[in-house]
Amino acid sequence: MSDSKDVHIEFRDFNFYYGRSRALHNINLPIARRKVTAFIGPSGCGKSTLLRSINRMFDLYPEQRAEGRLLVDGVNVLDPGTDPTTLRARVGMVFQKPTPFPMSIYENIAFGVRLHESLTRAEMDERVEWALNKAALWDEVKDKLHASGSSLSGGQQQRLCIARGVAVKPEVLLLDEPTSALDPISTMRIEELIDELKNEFTIVIVTHNMQQAARISDNTAYMYLGELVEYGITDQIFIKPQKKATEDYITGRFG
Amino acid sequence: MDASLAVSKDDAQTGGQWPPVVEGSGEATRKRVSSWQDAGFAWLVRLVAVFVLVAMSGIVIALVYDAWPVLNAFGLDFLISSEWNPPMDRYGALVLIYGTLVTSAIALFIAVPVSFGIAIFLTELSPAWLRRPLGTAIELLAAIPSIVYGMWGLLVFAPVFATHVQPLLASTLGKIPFLGVLFSGPPLGIGLLTAGIVLAIMIIPFIASVMRDVFEITPPMIRESAYGLGCTTWEVVWRIVLPYSKTGVVGGVMLGLGRALGETMAVTFVIGNTSFLTSPSLFMPGNSATSAIANEFAEAAPGLHTSALIGLALMLFLITLVVLMISRFMLSRMKKH
Repeated sequence: MSDSKDVHIEFRDFNFYYGRSRALHNINLPIARRKVTAFIGPSGCGKSTLLRSINRMFDLYPEQRAEGRLLVDGVNVLDPGTDPTTLRARVGMVFQKPTPFPMSIYENIAFGVRLHESLTRAEMDERVEWALNKAALWDEVKDKLHASGSSLSGGQQQRLCIARGVAVKPEVLLLDEPTSALDPISTMRIEELIDELKNEFTIVIVTHNMQQAARISDNTAYMYLGELVEYGITDQIFIKPQKKATEDYITGRFG
Repeated sequence: MDASLAVSKDDAQTGGQWPPVVEGSGEATRKRVSSWQDAGFAWLVRLVAVFVLVAMSGIVIALVYDAWPVLNAFGLDFLISSEWNPPMDRYGALVLIYGTLVTSAIALFIAVPVSFGIAIFLTELSPAWLRRPLGTAIELLAAIPSIVYGMWGLLVFAPVFATHVQPLLASTLGKIPFLGVLFSGPPLGIGLLTAGIVLAIMIIPFIASVMRDVFEITPPMIRESAYGLGCTTWEVVWRIVLPYSKTGVVGGVMLGLGRALGETMAVTFVIGNTSFLTSPSLFMPGNSATSAIANEFAEAAPGLHTSALIGLALMLFLITLVVLMISRFMLSRMKKH
């Protein structure tokens, strides 16, 4: 954490607005490379907004805007010169619910890859297998790669979405409550997967589930009403929080 | 109900017991009424649903019955002969059916891409303040009576088309070998191409507003997932939104096609109303099935001429049916992929 070379993403005096209302207030937050960073906090505290800023998803909505600086590898990606499609190739994202595209399992993976690279047929086959292996899904789907993506179970679909994100070979994976729509077994598999993936990717996860944050993250940021209340090593946040508000939240006294 | 209410009020005033004892009977009556209502309602909706079938088969039977004399007299010639000659009592509908199909095809050829563009702009690119006024303007286009389109087509569009657009088309597209013959001949202003273009303008609001509606129901999370992989707007629309909403899009196109096939008034104004087709050029005046029916029905003598016009109506009905079947087939094929 203290070593500046390890900082992959950094928010500096970051503010976010929905129309006139300010949703995030002066966020200063460094995110470590190849670690799992969890954003926790009650609904509406701005943790998803913060996450979605990292790939500039707010560009799609004219009434949303960000101010301040958001550095990825030291470069301010809020700069108008940054191309959002290139940024999004470096920063993959997985959503609350599985979002398979209306195409086959194979095409779901190949689709994103083709946007950024032109591979031969054999290379593409290899990439698809690699990505599905990374998402621990290959063994379950290798015999039906050309079946529709939506024919899979919910947990499989979510792993397909992770494979799709991984296939583009991003540096960062953003996970927005990735297990909130899944059963406990599927959730466990995704959590194991996150543990594997952090060897290669910087992972930022928003979660409502405090145990999940405690289980899988290295660092945790607790947010409340658009402000970053406390940020530190997960064990410390959960065992010995510095602030009363954090303690109240993680012990379940509110939220 | 009123009685029980009054009693409980009295109870309240006199400080009577709670709960009031009279409630039970009211509850029972209500149940009986609602189950009777349900059954009655079920029968009512069943009746109106069956009415559609009855009306439909009635129309088909009447069409076949009244068209029988001409079908009997000319047989297959009614479909494949191009001689439509009421004074000689000779009826071949080929030119009219050709006119209907060609003008509708031109209309779709123009309207589908334009509507697609409108729908993409409205759902993906338009600033929020422009969305509503533009959407309403497009829906208003659909509310203009077709006779207004016809008059506009004849008095405003056709002269401009003849002096400016047709010569341009003839000197560009007309020079292409093989295809050029479609854009040759005198620039008359009225004709098959003009009718097709006016039809296109008329069906754009239908196709565009259906496309916009179905594009909008694509879940935001799916679109964000695609943007999140680094898609451009075009890639999101073409590869994700369109496949996701294909059923609705095909439905919208078919709605437009149905309108184009059946449109009468506007077409009559600008198609030229001649049942002699001597050249494949789209500049030539022609006739459509609907337009022939509208123009000739008043003067048609009872007998073969009337029967021939009803035969045209039967052909229109069959064309619509085939179009519907093709769209169903296309959709079922798409579902498999």
